[in-house]
Amino acid sequence: MKKRSSTFYLLMVPVLLWLVMLIVIPHLDLFFKSFRFENDDGLVVFSLNNYLAFFQDKIYWLTFVKTAIYSIGVTILAFVVTFPVAFYLTKIISKKYSSFMVLLLLIPIWIGELVTIYGWMILLGDRGVINNFLIKIGVIDTPIVMLYNNFSMTIGLLYMSMLFMIIPMMSALESLDDSLIEAASDLGASKWTIFRQIIIPYTTPGIASGGIIVFMLVIGDYVAPNILGGKSALWFTEQIYNEFLATFNWNEGAAFGFLLLLLSSGIIWLALRLTGQKLEKVGS
Amino acid sequence: MIRSLPCSPLYKNGYRLYILLFYIFLIMPLITICVLAFNDSNFIALPWNGFSLDWFFANSDERLGLFYDEGLLLSIWVSLQTGFFVALSSTTIGTVAALLFEEEEFKFKGFLYFLALAPLVIPGVVLGISILLSSTFAGTYIEETFGIDVEFLRPSFWLVVIGQFSFGATYGMLLVGARLKKFDRALAEAGQSLRATRLEVIRLITIPFLRPAIIGAFVVTFLISFSNFNTTIFLVGSDPTLPVDLYSRIKFSSTPVLNAISFLIVVFISLSAMISFAINFRKKQ
Repeated sequence: MKKRSSTFYLLMVPVLLWLVMLIVIPHLDLFFKSFRFENDDGLVVFSLNNYLAFFQDKIYWLTFVKTAIYSIGVTILAFVVTFPVAFYLTKIISKKYSSFMVLLLLIPIWIGELVTIYGWMILLGDRGVINNFLIKIGVIDTPIVMLYNNFSMTIGLLYMSMLFMIIPMMSALESLDDSLIEAASDLGASKWTIFRQIIIPYTTPGIASGGIIVFMLVIGDYVAPNILGGKSALWFTEQIYNEFLATFNWNEGAAFGFLLLLLSSGIIWLALRLTGQKLEKVGS
Repeated sequence: MIRSLPCSPLYKNGYRLYILLFYIFLIMPLITICVLAFNDSNFIALPWNGFSLDWFFANSDERLGLFYDEGLLLSIWVSLQTGFFVALSSTTIGTVAALLFEEEEFKFKGFLYFLALAPLVIPGVVLGISILLSSTFAGTYIEETFGIDVEFLRPSFWLVVIGQFSFGATYGMLLVGARLKKFDRALAEAGQSLRATRLEVIRLITIPFLRPAIIGAFVVTFLISFSNFNTTIFLVGSDPTLPVDLYSRIKFSSTPVLNAISFLIVVFISLSAMISFAINFRKKQ
């Protein structure tokens, strides 16, 4: 066996400590704790009860399914909303302005989710800015209920996640040679054909990595569903939160956490398979 | 369709309108908060009652301004400290990991790299509860066996730092790694042929080359830590970070002081962004 230099171990040991202590062991622990159950005699036994509780109580698995569907939906919505913007900033607007407009996109990211979601709470409330404005111009007489439902939750989730999609799509679009589009146009291709046959295939890696980031942010989010969604728009992270910080049933919470992990990695695995991408690429 | 191709005015203007609406959508919540921070009212939303600086400087029974609100100032301080330690540790380990994965060959490298990227695809909530579970378990075990109470294994300042570091290091690694990919290996080889040891090459050639990326990673991990809520909420002890404090105020006791602190964050971030933009712009010219 080749002898390793001491520098190799100097690099290896801290990285191993990080990965083993903070990634591997905690998640194995999560997995094992999810099978622990305190029975009627107060003894801790191995059992599937924590998972049974999930399937027996309708509210749990309905929320789970809803979280999955909404997360995929918001991801698709984020793509539809931001792709034209990414295209505009890379291919249409002159280079002089585009870097400033990209900067504007980064500001809400760095301000942080809590502040921007709070801003939406003020905008959408019964006495909020939008209702006030609509009443003043005479479109409506009484405030429309926009807050504390699935609509406000979706707005919040979209707002806090969509900007993360623009950046990877822009870097993919940037490397797309304009002459390909020009050539197609000269040969009489319509805008839709160019979009479907050239732009989309070319930017798939950017769309995939942006989509995965958005999906992860949305499915694991707590702030937007809790502050903007209220009681009528439940999210699976809220159930985990309740198990841990309200009812202190940590073992059941561990089972829910593990189910969320399975769900998110399952969907991402599927998305990577369908688009032919690799996780290593998403990171870069 | 693109710069060089002609298109109908309807298409062009329609597209412009969409972009305009998008940016309005983007900026609307920020403008709202900033304006309402100066509203002379005891409620967070409209109506507008006139201009006032009360939510920054008042110190009465009815209104407690930002600069007199000790709880809020303390949570800002906690967040700054947390951010500093998270950025420091994440950047250090991130750089080490980038060097390891870019420059060394070893068994199970692909698997380890996969683990290092895993925090990107683990929901923050799950990361939070896993670390809470295992640290509590380890803490109880150590206390029962050795009778020592290890404070950082209970929800506390340091457990928050550990939890945020666990995914911050991934971002540090990716940011530094991206620049390391552009590193000219000939420089390192030249150093080695001049009898520098591997460690000296890293210290004297590679690290100086990586400096801009390392500084960038420090800033990014600091900001990630400063705004993190999903992981932090499970690990936080008696002194909350700013997002945790903001969250509980939004839920249970919202006063316009929330607008004031949000205003400060918005202004601070926008100004820093503009300054870094201006510096980059001048460098390019």
